[in-house]
Amino acid sequence: MSLLKVERLDVRHGLLQAVRAVDLELQEGETLALVGANGAGKTTLLRAIAGAHRPAAGRVLLDGADVTTAPAYRRVRLGISLVPEGRRLFPGLTVEENLLVGGRSGRKGPWNLDAVYGLFPALRELTRRRARVISGGEQQMCAIGRALMANPRLLLLDEVSLGLAPVVVQALYETIASVGRQGTTVVLVEQDVARALGTATRVACMLEGRIVLERDAAAVSRDQIVDAYFGLRRGAAA
Amino acid sequence: MIWLNQIIQGVLLGGYYALIASGLSLMFGVMRIINLAHGDLAILGAFLTLLLADHAGLDPFVSLAVVLPALAVLGWLLQRTMLERSLRAGVLVPLLTTFGLAIVVQNVLFEEYGADTRSLGPQIGDLAFSSWTITDQIYISHLSVIIFGVAVTVLGGLHLLLRLTPIGRALRATAEDADTAELVGINSKSVYAVAAGIAVATAGLAGVFLAMRSSFDPYSGPPQLIFAFEAVVIGGLGSLWGTLAGGIILGVAQNVGAQLNPQWQIIAGHIVFLAILAARLVLTEVSSRGGFRVVLAQRV
Repeated sequence: MSLLKVERLDVRHGLLQAVRAVDLELQEGETLALVGANGAGKTTLLRAIAGAHRPAAGRVLLDGADVTTAPAYRRVRLGISLVPEGRRLFPGLTVEENLLVGGRSGRKGPWNLDAVYGLFPALRELTRRRARVISGGEQQMCAIGRALMANPRLLLLDEVSLGLAPVVVQALYETIASVGRQGTTVVLVEQDVARALGTATRVACMLEGRIVLERDAAAVSRDQIVDAYFGLRRGAAA
Repeated sequence: MIWLNQIIQGVLLGGYYALIASGLSLMFGVMRIINLAHGDLAILGAFLTLLLADHAGLDPFVSLAVVLPALAVLGWLLQRTMLERSLRAGVLVPLLTTFGLAIVVQNVLFEEYGADTRSLGPQIGDLAFSSWTITDQIYISHLSVIIFGVAVTVLGGLHLLLRLTPIGRALRATAEDADTAELVGINSKSVYAVAAGIAVATAGLAGVFLAMRSSFDPYSGPPQLIFAFEAVVIGGLGSLWGTLAGGIILGVAQNVGAQLNPQWQIIAGHIVFLAILAARLVLTEVSSRGGFRVVLAQRV
């Protein structure tokens, strides 16, 4: 059975329909890169899977169980964790408190404070610093660590490289790849297509709310993605 | 010496103000609700204690063991049934809801107990008037020291709860960003209900102390709300120790005002509150324009 199944999902922001009839299926252990232009609906799709947006139609199934109407906090307990765009740490809480809040769901698994500090040794030096005063890269590590503390089966990463130095991004992606190798299923939204393809096992490209291309990462050519990304020669791309 | 006495009495009175303000501050800090029924819920606590004293002969201090949990449950229920719905409708609706709740509490109490002024003083025996004599002009009442000690304990306890416990971390996380708190697995509605429970229980505790040291009637709530509100604003929103400082400043201002002229007690408190509020607004405005030097240079 697939870990995540999205069926005919429609999500609206008021009159704007951001996600249109999206179908998506993920097996346990896969890493899916979700690419597409700004406004293509990637973030909205991710947030709908995490429970931050209630879809207008369609279903979200986790391990066969319908979670379409479950609130976000309950989905965390079921194993879906989102690292939101812009990191969204709790600025007045310390690094360690941010991580501990992430562990409140009480799911059992390999991730705890020590494991997160093992993954991001830089955070160990910052445990008592407030999240608002640490650097962007450190904040992103903390945000990923906070999501891992919930021991997710499905980790959703929204634009983790946004605004970070290339060397920091490189390190983050190596970490994400290692989390994926340990068996966590990952969906990552990324603007940098080459970076995304380097980490993912599968790629899906969104355009105007729809998934217009979905392939194994190894089997897709750069041209196919460029076409799907900009909606060129759509027949050839899909 | 008489001035020193007024300042000491003001500091001790400030403990009571800080105690009643702590719950108001907590509810505003966590869910951005200004609970206009806060004072009336305090008075409700006083009447519940009176009820237990009259019918079960319970000592007021013993009855706290019943009254405080009951009020905590009441706060929890208020949040789950009324305030949660109001919050969904925008920031103004909770103000109207709690205003309505205040009127309901006042009138239910009036219906039950009439307009008579009451006190729990008779129920606590010597404690109502016993004191330490420091000099022939300075007497320190045992009860006011107890109230001050309880206030510091409650504020300190809340501080430790927020800093060191899992529920405290969840409260602070939810206060900072409720949407993200949900995304990391916190049920913000249940966190809000816990905060409301704590807030109403501390209000009731303050109300019982008010009833011991002074008198109360069904309409005593609104003035207590105003004092609590002033203490919170003077101390700075969101800071528990600031709330203690705010309560003390308010208490000292009132007592010094009363010494100047017996009619000036309440107004002196209000004036100090308004002066601090105005000074803070001016300072904020000046610093947003680049400091005093820049602002003065522009004038010339």
